[in-house]
Amino acid sequence: MNSLILSVGARFLTALFLLFSLFVLLRGHNSPGGGFIGGLIGAAGFVLYSFAAGVEAARQALRVDPRAIGVWGMAIAVLSGLASALASLDPFTGLWLILADLALSTVLVFDIGVYLAVFGAILTLVFALEETL
Amino acid sequence: MSWVLALPIMIPFVTAVLAFLLRRSRMGDLASVGGSVASLVAAVVLIAEVLDQGVIAGQIGGWQAPFGITLVADHLSAAMVLITAIIGLSVAVWSLAEIGPTSARFGYHALFQSLLGGVTGAFLTGDLFNLYVWFEVLLISSFGLLVIGGRKSAIDGAVKYVTLNLIATVLFLAGAGLLYGATGTLNMADLRGAVAASPDQGLMTLIAMMLMVAFGMKAAVFPLFFWLPASYHTPHYAVSAVFAGLLTKVGVYALLRVFTLIFVGDLGYTHEILLWVSLLTMLTGVLGAAAQSDFRKILSFHIISQIGYMVLGLALMTPLAVMGAVFYLLHHIIVKTNLFLIAGVSQRLTGSSDLYAIGGLYRTAPLLAALFIIPAFSLAGFPPLSGFWAKFVIVRASLDLGEWLVAGVALLVGLLTIFSMTKIWAEAFWKAHPDGRQPALADLPRSARWQMMVPIIALAVMTVVIGAFPSAFLEFATKGAEQLLDPAAYVAAVLGEARR
Amino acid sequence: METLVACLSGFLVATSIWLMLSGNLMRFLFGLLLLSNGVNLAILAAGRLTPGAPPLLGAKGALPPDTMANALPQALLLTAIVIGFGLFAFALALTIRAYRTFGHLEVDRMRIAEPAEERE
Repeated sequence: MNSLILSVGARFLTALFLLFSLFVLLRGHNSPGGGFIGGLIGAAGFVLYSFAAGVEAARQALRVDPRAIGVWGMAIAVLSGLASALASLDPFTGLWLILADLALSTVLVFDIGVYLAVFGAILTLVFALEETL
Repeated sequence: MSWVLALPIMIPFVTAVLAFLLRRSRMGDLASVGGSVASLVAAVVLIAEVLDQGVIAGQIGGWQAPFGITLVADHLSAAMVLITAIIGLSVAVWSLAEIGPTSARFGYHALFQSLLGGVTGAFLTGDLFNLYVWFEVLLISSFGLLVIGGRKSAIDGAVKYVTLNLIATVLFLAGAGLLYGATGTLNMADLRGAVAASPDQGLMTLIAMMLMVAFGMKAAVFPLFFWLPASYHTPHYAVSAVFAGLLTKVGVYALLRVFTLIFVGDLGYTHEILLWVSLLTMLTGVLGAAAQSDFRKILSFHIISQIGYMVLGLALMTPLAVMGAVFYLLHHIIVKTNLFLIAGVSQRLTGSSDLYAIGGLYRTAPLLAALFIIPAFSLAGFPPLSGFWAKFVIVRASLDLGEWLVAGVALLVGLLTIFSMTKIWAEAFWKAHPDGRQPALADLPRSARWQMMVPIIALAVMTVVIGAFPSAFLEFATKGAEQLLDPAAYVAAVLGEARR
Repeated sequence: METLVACLSGFLVATSIWLMLSGNLMRFLFGLLLLSNGVNLAILAAGRLTPGAPPLLGAKGALPPDTMANALPQALLLTAIVIGFGLFAFALALTIRAYRTFGHLEVDRMRIAEPAEERE
């Protein structure tokens, strides 16, 4: 697409989308949000970039094959479920580590996995569809 | 407890990840085989646990039923998980000989493992919506596997497979959603009580019919089977073998589960429909097969007719009949997968799957011919092979009820099955190859020979063992049928003793 | 309100069936999309449309003052939408592939896997 406004704006917007997607990913534990919606927003940023600069440029900007991102996301999500075996709890039970005010948990790890899986899957689909057109 | 239930589902997905990351090297193939071995071990542990303790249930994430996602294993589920693992391992080994580096790079092994994970999940879940999710997981993997060869006919088959399966999916979703709206729960054990207590039984029967159509489409029963013969002969042989063995059986399993556990309020209506559906399924399947002249197409139509027997067992709903359905389900998966694998070897040796263009296998590959006889005659129901006992129990159950017509149809379909099997035998094995080719197993590369023949021999041995020592397996199926018909133990395992 | 949503869902399903009866694969796909949206709406209506506070706990686990909305139908819907999206994307890619392969999208003319009988 040859639009000066879009191609200039996309560079900034993509960065903004990615930042906001991380924000949504992290705030999801007390407010609406989470890995899934974060992944969608992040993917939307790259989709916008691919509209503005072409799929090839978007793939280069991503550096990693989106399929690999998705698969790693799935791996992280599954492994976070396995972690509760160490505490001999049911699979996928959340384990919490409270450091002063910071609450870390396997739930967050699972959400990061979901984020990556959604991000990778959406970009795989959209890039593949754009390339066939 | 939950881990025993969760691991058979988690292992295939971990394997899928590994196989995908290693897809460019030979390690990916090995990861797939190794993961299948691990799944088999997990399945054996599960079934040992079930034999020891009866129905076991576990909760994901420690959320109590009926609010969390429940995993349950009774005799039927555990046996299905074990068979899935056996088929998974056999086909994973067999794939090594057929699936080239191109398909492997496309992610064949990862898709294959996630298909197995989805199937296992569907067998183990105790939650209706979760069942929907597993159906989708296995569906999307099967879409990928179907088009992976990229041939024209595969695209053609995939169009029909995808569109019809998507309609079934949406129907299932609608049924599950309405059921939740009417009862307020989706846990299958909880649903049993909630559906029975519902003031609006007509609505329950309506929802039951929606689910029956959805599962029936997955199970390929009459008149919803058209996607199956349109697509099963198009992909790689390994893919159609695993599809033939497992995918329709997930539909049958779902029918068995839902129509023994949840919708038992209006047996005279729902199960009467199932009875007629099963008879027509048997007949149309076997008649369709009689008209075909392609190795895989004949086998595809036979899947349909055999599905009819299983649904018949469910429709009769006596302990003996349900036991027959369970036994049939278990025996059929092994036999059908084996037949497709043999068809794959035959195609590799003779260069075609059109029965009129091949031949001569009896003279040049006697081992393959002997191995074809076992599952083929088991499918037709020859004593003393496993299929004989399966058919015997079903026919016996219908005679006990005085259903002479039903028993007659079941026997007639068995006879016509022999006709198809002898047709394959005469064309592919007995007559000489029309081009005078001498297809021999020795033509295959050494490694491919092992990878293809070992799974076939293993599955054939299983068929013979089940047929020769049926009592242990029949006893197991009897126990499974008891649990299905009297789900008190199932409900108690999920919801706890208090809410039985 | 439920009645209205139920009627809308019925309208969507009726439209989708009309579209799906077409022999053109693209129309079929649009029908499928409408059908899954109709079913999603039906689930939302079946779960009862209750006005209420979002089902989120306040600081230190305080319950919201009003009644909470039932979050489960929405969770089911979200899952169904995601799955539907994935399947639809695949079906769309397959349609493009089919168009490249066959040069048309008339399903009645796709007879490669099941050729018409010609053998005597």
